[in-house]
Amino acid sequence: MAVLDYVAPATVDEAVAVLKQNGQTARVLAGGTDLIVQERERRRDVGVMVDVKGIPELTQVTIGADGSLKVGAAASCASLYRNPDVQKKFPALVDSASLIGGIQIQSRASLGGNLCNSSPAADSIPTLIALGATCEIAGPGGRRSVPVEDFCTAPGRNVLGDGEMLVSLTFPAPAAHSGAAFERFIPRNEMDIAVTNAAASITLSADGSKFESARIAIGAVAPTPLFVKAAGDALVGQPVNAETIEKAAEAARAAATPITDMRGSAEQRKHLAAVLTRRVINKAIERAKA
Amino acid sequence: MTKRIVSTTINGEVVEFLSDPGTSLLDALRDTVGLTGSKEGCNNGNCGACNVIMNNELVNSCCVLAVESNGGTITTIEGVAQGDHLHPLQTSFLEEAALQCGICTPGFIVAAKALLDREPNADEARIRHWLAGNLCRCTGYDKIVRAVLDAAEDMRAGAKA
Repeated sequence: MAVLDYVAPATVDEAVAVLKQNGQTARVLAGGTDLIVQERERRRDVGVMVDVKGIPELTQVTIGADGSLKVGAAASCASLYRNPDVQKKFPALVDSASLIGGIQIQSRASLGGNLCNSSPAADSIPTLIALGATCEIAGPGGRRSVPVEDFCTAPGRNVLGDGEMLVSLTFPAPAAHSGAAFERFIPRNEMDIAVTNAAASITLSADGSKFESARIAIGAVAPTPLFVKAAGDALVGQPVNAETIEKAAEAARAAATPITDMRGSAEQRKHLAAVLTRRVINKAIERAKA
Repeated sequence: MTKRIVSTTINGEVVEFLSDPGTSLLDALRDTVGLTGSKEGCNNGNCGACNVIMNNELVNSCCVLAVESNGGTITTIEGVAQGDHLHPLQTSFLEEAALQCGICTPGFIVAAKALLDREPNADEARIRHWLAGNLCRCTGYDKIVRAVLDAAEDMRAGAKA
C-alpha cells in the first residue's frame, strides 16, 4: 500500500476525527524516524500520514506550577535536552533523549513516538516508567490517562485503540532528595539498539542514609519494557549501601526473561539487567545528593 | 493519490514543486528539484549521507516527508559554498584529504556545519559525538575529525578578523 494522503490537523479533535475515519491505515506522524522507514520497508501499511506537529499541545514542553513536567507526545528529543528546566530537574530524560539515534534522529524523534513504536528495546521507556509518567490519550470517546508501565502490551503493540492517539506525557515533580538515571549497554558508543537498558528513580531520606521510595525499569529483556516493582521494593526503607543495591539488582535479574538474538544472549542480558540496575541506582543516588 | 504543492526555501530561494504524500524529502530534492548533492546511503536513518538542515535542525532527509518541508527553510550541500567561494569546511576537507570515495562527504559537511553554526568552540570529543550519525567506510574518521577541527579554528579566526 502506498501513502495516499498527508494531513496536518491543527487540533487534537481534528486529528482524532481523521484517525477514526481512516481506521488502522491512518498513522500518527511525529518525528517519522520509525514510521517513515517502516512504511518504506513495507513493515507497516500507512494510507494516511497524520502529521501532529502542527498541534501546539503535541510539541510543547512545560513545567507546571507544582513542578510537574508535561511533554507533548511529538516534542523532539533535542527540544527536551536543550530545555534548561529538563536539564536541571529531569536529567534522566536527558540521558535517554540524547541516546536515541544520532543528532539527526534526535532533532525529529520524540518520546511519544518512541513509546508508541513500543519496541521492547526503546531507550526512553524505562526512564518514563522509572519517573512514573502518565500518558494522556485522546480518542473518539474523549480523553483518558494510562500509567506508562501499562502502555506497551507486546513488541510493537500498545493500548491505543481505534482512533486514539497519545497527546502528552506528564511527570510528577521530583521530590526533595530524589534522583534518577538511565543507562544502556551497546557494543559501541553511539547509534545502536540496546542489548539491555535500565532506569532508576529513587528518593532518599533527608540525611541520605535510607531509600524512601524507588522505581526501577529494565528494557530489551522481555516482550515489553518492564517495570520491576520488586527491585524498587527491595530498596524502600533500607540503608543506602552496596548490599541493599545488590538486592535490587538481583530482583531485576530475576524479572528479566530475555531471548537470545543477534544483539546478545539471554544469559548476557540477565547479567546486564543486574549490572545496569546497580549502575543506575548508584547514579541516581549521586544525583539525589548533588 | 493526491499530489501536494510544496513551497519551501532551499538555499535561500523559494522553490515550489509537486510531491506525492509519501515521497521523502531526499527523493524530492534529488529527483524533483534536481539537487543531487544529498546522497542516498542506507535510506533508513543510519548513515547521514542525506543530511540537510531543515528549520535550523540537522535531519536525515530520507526520514522526512517532502510535504513536511512546506513553508520551511532548508540548507543542502549545494548551499554551503558561496558561489565559487568554498566554505572553510569544504577547504579543510580538501586540505586534510578527509574524503576518498566522497559519497558520505556532503552529509559530513552539512552535519559539521550544523554543529559549528551552533557550537563554534566544539572540541574533538563533541565533534566525534555529533558526527556519530554519519558513516564513512573509507577514511577511518580521523581525517574528517581533523578537518572539522581545522575548519572550526579557521571560522573562529575569521569571526575575529
